[in-house]
Amino acid sequence: MSATPVLALRGVSKRFGAVQALTDVELEVHAGEVVALVGDNGAGKSTLVKTIAGVHPIDEGAIEWEGRRVSIGKPQDAQNLGIATVYQDLALCDNIDVVGNLFLGRELKRFGVLDEVEMERRARELLKTLSIRIPSVRIPIASLSGGQRQTVAIARSMLGEPKLVILDEPTAALGVEQTAQVLDLVERLRERGHAVILISHNMADVKAVADKVAVLRLGRNNGVFEVRTTSQEEIISAITGATDNAVTRRAARTSGEVEK
Amino acid sequence: MSTDNKTSTAKQDVPAVENPEAAAAAVTAVDPRLLVREQGLAGYVGEFKRKMKAGELGSIPVVIGLIVICVVFQSLNSAFLSAQNINDITVTMVGTGMISVGIVFVLLLGEIDLSVGSVSGAASAIAAVLAVNQGWPEWLAVLAAVAAGAVIGAAHGFFFAVLGAPAFAVTLAGLLFWLGFMLQTLGENGTINLDSDGFIGQLTTYFFSDIAAAYGLAALVTAVFFLTSFLGNRRREAVGVPSRPLSDTVLRTALLAVVSFAAAFMYNQYKGLPLATVIFLVFLVGTDFLLRRTSYGRKVFALGGSVEASRRAGINVTAIRISVFAISGGFAAIGGLFLASKIASANQSAGTGDLLMNAIAAAVIGGTSLFGGRGRTWNALLGVLVIVSIQYGLQLESIAEPVKYMITAGVLLTTVVIDSVTRKTQKTAGRA
Repeated sequence: MSATPVLALRGVSKRFGAVQALTDVELEVHAGEVVALVGDNGAGKSTLVKTIAGVHPIDEGAIEWEGRRVSIGKPQDAQNLGIATVYQDLALCDNIDVVGNLFLGRELKRFGVLDEVEMERRARELLKTLSIRIPSVRIPIASLSGGQRQTVAIARSMLGEPKLVILDEPTAALGVEQTAQVLDLVERLRERGHAVILISHNMADVKAVADKVAVLRLGRNNGVFEVRTTSQEEIISAITGATDNAVTRRAARTSGEVEK
Repeated sequence: MSTDNKTSTAKQDVPAVENPEAAAAAVTAVDPRLLVREQGLAGYVGEFKRKMKAGELGSIPVVIGLIVICVVFQSLNSAFLSAQNINDITVTMVGTGMISVGIVFVLLLGEIDLSVGSVSGAASAIAAVLAVNQGWPEWLAVLAAVAAGAVIGAAHGFFFAVLGAPAFAVTLAGLLFWLGFMLQTLGENGTINLDSDGFIGQLTTYFFSDIAAAYGLAALVTAVFFLTSFLGNRRREAVGVPSRPLSDTVLRTALLAVVSFAAAFMYNQYKGLPLATVIFLVFLVGTDFLLRRTSYGRKVFALGGSVEASRRAGINVTAIRISVFAISGGFAAIGGLFLASKIASANQSAGTGDLLMNAIAAAVIGGTSLFGGRGRTWNALLGVLVIVSIQYGLQLESIAEPVKYMITAGVLLTTVVIDSVTRKTQKTAGRA
């Protein structure tokens, strides 16, 4: 792991009218590291991701990319730096096949004509390196399961060889098996030296793949934890802002019932 | 599969023997749920059955429909499949067919263009006024009319794509406006006669009477198809991605050769190869290439699939939408010129009546989905062939106009139902 983080946010703030969505947020992501971004609904996770992805420019603070200060004003700026974002609702076209979707908007051409052969070869190669298994690269996306679609969407973000991949709740709508596939893929991204920011509500997923957990609460940092040395309860209390919260109360109640 | 299986059993002895399928899957890393296509004839039959079950009918219903039409009308009147009648059908259909090609583009976006009938009439009026009243050379008047059609379409596209008005309403306004524009342009007399030996007149009256022309074109089409398929497969093999077996290519080429040489033989029985048919084929090949082999076409399909996904992929949604409506307007103008050529005049009834409905029906009957994202421009050819064949067949039987309308309506309704039902089947089969 290199000393300089791939991406560092320093005192980032963002306002929407009367709402202070982010206040003095700090975040560091290194190459080959998975940072989980957690927080309750409205904590500012999505806003933070959108500032990094260039959808909402920041109001105050600084964004550092590989130690250099940069400004990200629009989505293209982020893409040019090497930031790829996979949004929660999938950005795939159902009627186009897997190859077509992977290369949508950046088709390979040969004499001005789509180079289907080369695209298919590269698609197979990419899916192979990521160990993604799908029935065929020539079937429409509509034929794939939710998990397979999510892996295709993530694979699509890998085509530009990004340094940082942002995954917005990649397992939210997935079953057990599909969730495992996506988590495997996240680990493979880390092995290949990509930095990953993973937004998730699912503590099991976070514990499974993340190296660090950054907690946001009401638009502010509420602690960064090493996953290996932190218990789930500690993270939850950081998310909810108290050790006495709905989750612990429920845990105490149900364990009490078991004892009876 | 079987060879992989053998190698795996040879290398690692115990588990592979007990569970050969799992071993093969582990070695090849292919999803075990993948439907492996068998080689040879059994493969075709299996693939065909699977596609039928999954509701991937493609052009099959319309081809079956065409055969039924031919059998029924031929048994009623033996003049139906005569060289002259088929020749008339294929020349007459070009006007509506051209308009229908433009409709396919709009339908691929999941939108509709109701103005194409009026735009075709307006274009014929523009061409007639420029060529006859203003004395422009006819080819220049034709270019101007087609350009005008494209600009009109682009204007519709602007209201739809930039200002966000529903395409249905914008083009409905266009339908009225361009009808009024045509009547205004034609002036008091209401009819401008065209020189039937001029450029526009010749569009539907010129025939390549040399029998070598029709056979030559058939041979050329077959050869080009075989070469591109063969070379494409060679390249796929060289790069190591799955390719079609040679038998597949040969079978497809043979099928194409039979159809094209039969058509050539039939044309040569009468006046020879019609110029209109050649132009129509050129446009069909060109638009098919544009839609399926260029990144522009890929973008059109992407917009028909998901507008949001296209936008995130960096596609300029507004520009593509405007351009598609411009193409629709352009083809409406071309169709209008062929229709004017057929009657050697531009008159007040041009572009009215059932023209608009026939053009849309042709695209849908041919297999283009009304829901966007599915279809090919060849659908326009098949669909318009069905519609015009029915019209000619009924005419031979001297069946009155009202009944013709009702029968065409029945065909259209059947196709739309097939489209909706197959879409449902495709959803349950996970392919829509």
